[in-house]
Amino acid sequence: MSKIHVTTTVNGDEVEFLCDPRETVLDVLRDRLGMTGTKEGCGTGDCGACSITLDGRLVCSCLVLGVEAEGREIATVEGIATGEDLHPLQQKFIEYAALQCGICTPGILVATKALLEKNPDPTETEVRYWLAGNLCRCTGYDKIIRAVMDTAADMREAS
Amino acid sequence: MALDNTKSTGFTHVGTTPDRPDGVDKVTGRARFGADITAPGMLHAAIVRSPHAHARIKRIDTSKAEALAGVKGVVTRADFATGLTGENWNILENVMAGDTALYDGHAVAAVAATSSLIARDAAKLVVVEYEPLPHVTDVDKAMAADAPVIREGAADTSVPKGLHPNVVRYHESGHGDVEAGFAEADLVVEDHFKTEATHQGYIEPHACLGTLGGDGKGELWCCTQGHWNVQKICAALLGLETANLRVTASEIGGGFGGKTAVFIEPVALALARKTNKPVKLVMPRADVFKATGPTASTSMDIKIGMKKDGTITAAQGTFRLQGGAFPGAPCEFTAMCAFAPYALKNVRQVGYDVMSNRPKQAAYRAPGSPMAAFAVESVIDELCNRLDLDPIETRLKNASKKGTKASFGPTFDRIGLVETLEAAKAHPHYCAPLKPGQGRGISCGFWFNHGGETAVSLALSEDGTAQLAVGTPDIGGSRASMALMAAEELGIPYENIRVTIADTATLGYNEVSHGSRVTYASGLATIQAARDAVKKLCGRAAAKWGIPEDAVKWENGCAVPSGPNAGDFDPLPIAEITKRMGATGGPIVGHFEATPEGAGVSFATHIVDAEVDPETGKTSVVRYTVVQDAGKAIHPTYVEGQFQGGAAQGIGWALNEEYIYGEDGRLQNALFLDYRIPVASDLPMIDTVIVEVPNPGHPYGVRGVGETSICPPLAAIANAVSAAAGVRLRQLPMSPPRILEALEQQRNG
Ligand code: FES
Ligand code: FES
Repeated sequence: MSKIHVTTTVNGDEVEFLCDPRETVLDVLRDRLGMTGTKEGCGTGDCGACSITLDGRLVCSCLVLGVEAEGREIATVEGIATGEDLHPLQQKFIEYAALQCGICTPGILVATKALLEKNPDPTETEVRYWLAGNLCRCTGYDKIIRAVMDTAADMREAS
Repeated sequence: MALDNTKSTGFTHVGTTPDRPDGVDKVTGRARFGADITAPGMLHAAIVRSPHAHARIKRIDTSKAEALAGVKGVVTRADFATGLTGENWNILENVMAGDTALYDGHAVAAVAATSSLIARDAAKLVVVEYEPLPHVTDVDKAMAADAPVIREGAADTSVPKGLHPNVVRYHESGHGDVEAGFAEADLVVEDHFKTEATHQGYIEPHACLGTLGGDGKGELWCCTQGHWNVQKICAALLGLETANLRVTASEIGGGFGGKTAVFIEPVALALARKTNKPVKLVMPRADVFKATGPTASTSMDIKIGMKKDGTITAAQGTFRLQGGAFPGAPCEFTAMCAFAPYALKNVRQVGYDVMSNRPKQAAYRAPGSPMAAFAVESVIDELCNRLDLDPIETRLKNASKKGTKASFGPTFDRIGLVETLEAAKAHPHYCAPLKPGQGRGISCGFWFNHGGETAVSLALSEDGTAQLAVGTPDIGGSRASMALMAAEELGIPYENIRVTIADTATLGYNEVSHGSRVTYASGLATIQAARDAVKKLCGRAAAKWGIPEDAVKWENGCAVPSGPNAGDFDPLPIAEITKRMGATGGPIVGHFEATPEGAGVSFATHIVDAEVDPETGKTSVVRYTVVQDAGKAIHPTYVEGQFQGGAAQGIGWALNEEYIYGEDGRLQNALFLDYRIPVASDLPMIDTVIVEVPNPGHPYGVRGVGETSICPPLAAIANAVSAAAGVRLRQLPMSPPRILEALEQQRNG
């Protein structure tokens, strides 16, 4: 099957790639662009490990075709830190042990960053429902929820 | 193992909670997991799997697949070693079917191609002609006289005569006279329980990248809990010499026991050998469910006798475990853990390992123990209810302690069950008021813990920093714990220790990260390796000062003259010694290679409040408290994380998770949408209490903590549901349809 040329923006940088029409944005990020920070846990939209934002909207990259990225803006976990300065969420996740194995972490960070941009003062219930599409098998979510709530509080104070 | 120089207080580093060394890698996407690696010229592989629960493989035609452009090679069973026996044969048979497909999802062939899309297309072109055979997937049905035989001659000598050939192992243990004990009881409760198979549910699918040349030398990168085990098994299955296969463990995205087994690595290597190219193989999620380690499903009978004052007079359990199409379901662990929390005069337990047409079970966090606890602790709860006894007081009255002859044989050394029960009783949760419709449940749980073969090396750098190489993959922050223990011994900052998970070519054999053994065994090894390095450092200082080696002690990262020489010389800091290593005798490396055997057993007590919606049958966990003995918490935050993770997995097992097989013997819910693990909105915060009753078998008193936390939740929630809704569920999961059915039955009397 012939490949399609796509131009898109990933974490602020313009990139071009050729992809098979069946390939997902997740496949493209990982296999064509070498950006393996975004993870595949299921490939069916059920785990959230592949979370990215597309034009600012949180999506499962395994459910978006590579060709649909044409002219769009993608943001992934690799773009969350600024240089060597970690985003407050990243710092708090390490400090609170909000990750054990860390495979869900990229997706959860992308998802929570998107949440806090929409809603800087979420309740615990709001955080839990927002993250209901991001499976974590290791932590029982307790430390993740605490990290998100406390980061939100810190960021509100700082702003 | 006799331990010199043990220490349980006065720590500088141990017990603090610094950031993990791999934290930045894991929050930035830099950490490399199983599927995150590539090699030049790499091929992608896909596996062809049986759609039948049980079928003879009559013919495999790979010609159409091979003809597809981009396909570089196809392998079947013919591409693996022959003449294997025992567990190696079982593993090969599971990795790639021989004459018979034994379960839905059993691998029958594999394809390597230039892209994963081509590999997947080619897999569909492999033609397999099957002759379906009768199948069985339920444990009780698999033991019945008319059950189809999975494989003749699979049973070992432990199995008594007259049982169905699907019963392949048998266990019996206990002491005293249970019949006499039951006669002494004021109340005897006897019940039947069933639990369904659950999956470990790690979010990272199995993934690997292998190369294997015609010279028999190979390299393998994979996500595993134990790369030496992968090395040994792959070498056997491919007919290689072990040392010629170097295996490197990637970061691992969860395992919980399921990545102690080998599934795809030999297939990638076989394809690499056939194509002479690197081959990457990543399992689709559906394959992970269908063909990798679920737990055993169980059918259990429990009988316990109790006096009016709460004394247990006798206990008896029969545990039937279905472990898929191969021997290995942990029936002896289930039997041995069942009554371990209690000091019993009369106890008897029997276990059966039963084969069926399901995937080969694999270890899952305290394998076998949670099911036993579900059944036993439910019966104890029933006894307490009927005799109007407090569940914690009753457990305290019967609790195992130091000197108790355990239900499974040995006599307990120092253990912390009583301390966990006391802490649970004192916790505000235990006496907090409940809302209408809510119920509270209690359960204890037990796991043995394990030591195992361990090798580490600790090399000092010229600037006095240290490189610690360990062989146990870091699943949840163990690098931090190792660095804390090394820092404690060396007296240098935590940040000055770099911990690496070494590959198989770098260290001696390390058993897999299982049995809650990492912080215990690799930790003990790290401490001993650091002490070995310290001894050498002291030796260099002694030589410099011209005094005997034993006249030098190590304090706060410095060699210090002691005894008659005390005060004669200024303390010599580590960096001063390492700076001159080359001229004073060469590199300084501390070692430890042994099989530590003092892993202390671990107990927990959980308290849970549940609410049952009588309209929908949905159970919500509204409050949860874990109390567990950690011996000594090296990094308390990570210990809490283990407690919380185990509780959450237990909640999923209790309420939602199950393998659902159709009449056709096919798995009906092989995706996360239908196999629903707990999500953030399903759970409350999970409170934790770390009890520290030091393990005499570890220099700092560490007990493994990873597994015990999953043992109590199943029963604790069943007991809470019983208190909340007035119905006792004896079958897991307690999913809404089962709860509704139980409520309906109760209404109908
Ligand atoms: S990989 Fe996309 S949701 Fe799981
Ligand atoms: S930390 Fe392992 S899945 Fe979340």
